[in-house]
Amino acid sequence: MKRKLMNGNQAAALAVKLARVQVVSAYPITPQTTIVEDLADMWARGTFPGEYVSVESEYSAMAYLIGAAYAGARSFTATSCQGLAYMHELLHWASGARLPIVMVNVNRSMGAPWSLEPDQTDSLSQRDTGWIQIYCADVQEILDTILLSFRLAEESRIPCMVVYDGFSLSHTYEAVEPPEQEQVDAFLPLPPGEAAINPSNPQNIQAVTDSRYLSRVRQELHLTMEKVPEAIKKMENEFYKIFGRSYPLVESIGLDDAETVIVTAGSMGQTVKSVLPSLSSVHSKKGFLRFRLFRPLPDEDIAALLGNAQIKKVLVIDRNLSAGAGGIFAQELSALLQGTSFQGEIFQLNLSGGVDLTPDLLNKALEKIEGAEKSRDKIIWGVDL
Amino acid sequence: MFNTQVGDFSREEFMSSGHNACAGCGPALAVRFLMKAMGPRVVVVITASCWSIISGVVPLRSLETVVMHCPFPSAAATGSGVKKGLEALGDLQTQVVVLAGDGGTFDIGLQGLSGAAERNEDILFVCYDNEAYMNTGMQKSSATPYGSRSTTTPDPMLKTNPKKDIMKIMAAHRIPYAATATIAFPEDLISKFKRALETKGLRFLHLFTPCPQGWGSPTDKTVELSRLAVMTRLFPLIEVEDGEKYTINYLPEEHVPIEKYLNPQRRFRSLDQEEVALIQEQVNRDWEKMCKLTAQ
Ligand SMILES: Cc1ncc(C[n+]2csc(CCOP(=O)(O)OP(=O)(O)O)c2C)c(N)n1
Ligand SMILES: [Mg+2]
Repeated sequence: MKRKLMNGNQAAALAVKLARVQVVSAYPITPQTTIVEDLADMWARGTFPGEYVSVESEYSAMAYLIGAAYAGARSFTATSCQGLAYMHELLHWASGARLPIVMVNVNRSMGAPWSLEPDQTDSLSQRDTGWIQIYCADVQEILDTILLSFRLAEESRIPCMVVYDGFSLSHTYEAVEPPEQEQVDAFLPLPPGEAAINPSNPQNIQAVTDSRYLSRVRQELHLTMEKVPEAIKKMENEFYKIFGRSYPLVESIGLDDAETVIVTAGSMGQTVKSVLPSLSSVHSKKGFLRFRLFRPLPDEDIAALLGNAQIKKVLVIDRNLSAGAGGIFAQELSALLQGTSFQGEIFQLNLSGGVDLTPDLLNKALEKIEGAEKSRDKIIWGVDL
Repeated sequence: MFNTQVGDFSREEFMSSGHNACAGCGPALAVRFLMKAMGPRVVVVITASCWSIISGVVPLRSLETVVMHCPFPSAAATGSGVKKGLEALGDLQTQVVVLAGDGGTFDIGLQGLSGAAERNEDILFVCYDNEAYMNTGMQKSSATPYGSRSTTTPDPMLKTNPKKDIMKIMAAHRIPYAATATIAFPEDLISKFKRALETKGLRFLHLFTPCPQGWGSPTDKTVELSRLAVMTRLFPLIEVEDGEKYTINYLPEEHVPIEKYLNPQRRFRSLDQEEVALIQEQVNRDWEKMCKLTAQ
């Protein structure tokens, strides 16, 4: 297959086209903007045959898709930080109504103050909205994950958010294998040819209900969420057969004999991976773990990976912050490791505000934890190093 | 005067009895007429309002069609999305009617409505105006008139600002069709619904719908108050085409003083003579302006 140079946003737009999306509605925000520009361009030239609607706000972008998905159309939008927060109410609505909408969120810091840096707190703040969340580490993964997400959302009837870092992925060019349309059609069933609603079949959709009924709705969402990890594994097998690539729920390297494990999510995973061999020669043996699927949390997979008794220390790198509690991935990790065979100590390197993870910074953080025994609640701040 | 006669009304009912409206509910009657005019080939998108309840709570349903609920500020965008989704799936016929209260139209839904109007989305947006947030217990909205009591403009801090002119706002978007109507003039109301259904693009209907619970009016006076609103020239029955061509559909012959309309309502009971005179002056001025617009 021919490889092409493209950035994360171009890969996202291409995936939307290949997925034969029927309705796109979106509103621009840096660093997501070039996705909607690319789609608008393809739409204007007739190479994207779906409907493209340029709405007046992110709130309306998501409301529009809720309408389109109610009608049964395959729907997509993309946003970032303030735009995602502006949609918040509707994110709950989309998952409560079990609408298979797919959305890209390009990570960017929430104001105040204004900033364009790739902090992850925007998407992590939407953790409890009932959406599937998948964090990508490279451009090929963005393209592939969006394709997978449509299939996943439509089969589970849970909306899916594909997340990646602003600029370091959205605007960075990498070599990508663009799939053929026939491959995508083979993997992702064509969108429905008929509307899901019809006035001659009267219904009262999402009408007011009581606590017991609502609790059942919530329970069902949760139970379906719990099946998502297995569903993804199966889909990845099929994906591999068609495209020759696949992705694990959690990426990991060297956990069998590592004493110190570096945990992160998103493009920082690329950085850590690239310097991992050199890190191991300096101090104790290092391993690497990357959160990819974040909701539902593949807790059993992660616990199995970190349950190794020789793992003494885990350094979680969070480019996000829940002020008063610490890094969000670190919190999730310590919660899921409760009652497992994990016996190590969890340390945190916090890069909130979008501080860049350089190999030098990583080395300094590792030096800090090398001597330390217990540091469960002490955060190492990237800006202090 | 009107294109429709009472005899033209469909005998068929698409709204069933046993719905959840209070006695004397203006919005319930308005939607009953709306459904008669539209027939069953519509999807109704309902935003948070009294109509979220009137349409039936699980597992009930009072409208004989597909009803979809949506979050409070999202009515116009959700309705537009439903229409676009249906079109994408090859259904070009089904009409989408968005139903919102004055709060969902004048206040929290205005941005989305403005966006949908600018894009000229192919939906019929129906605002039933009971002049306050009634579902949550009569808090003021920007459709609450000057001098009205509400639970957020309690005595003696009655509403001091005038009601927003939503028809001018919608006309300024140059949408193909906008009209006002009320339940005391069903033949006018139904002919406007029909006209709206025959028009493409964003159509806006502003329905004046008294709320006995909120207004403190007798439950058997709903239709009478609707009529008085028109007869006092407070609520002119008009049409606006392409944001430019104004028509007054009904010219009240005699001049009914505004007291006749205000007096039966407890929400206005603390107004003194001076304030009533101020309201009368405002009504007169607005009517003159409207007459000038139609003369052009
Ligand atoms: C974002 C948001 N804010 C507040 C509410 C609470 N709420 C539900 S209905 C309503 C008032 C609706 O008023 P209106 O649109 O005039 O319709 P009515 O109740 O009078 O029929 C309010 C404030 C909500 N559902 N969503
Ligand atoms: Mg109201």
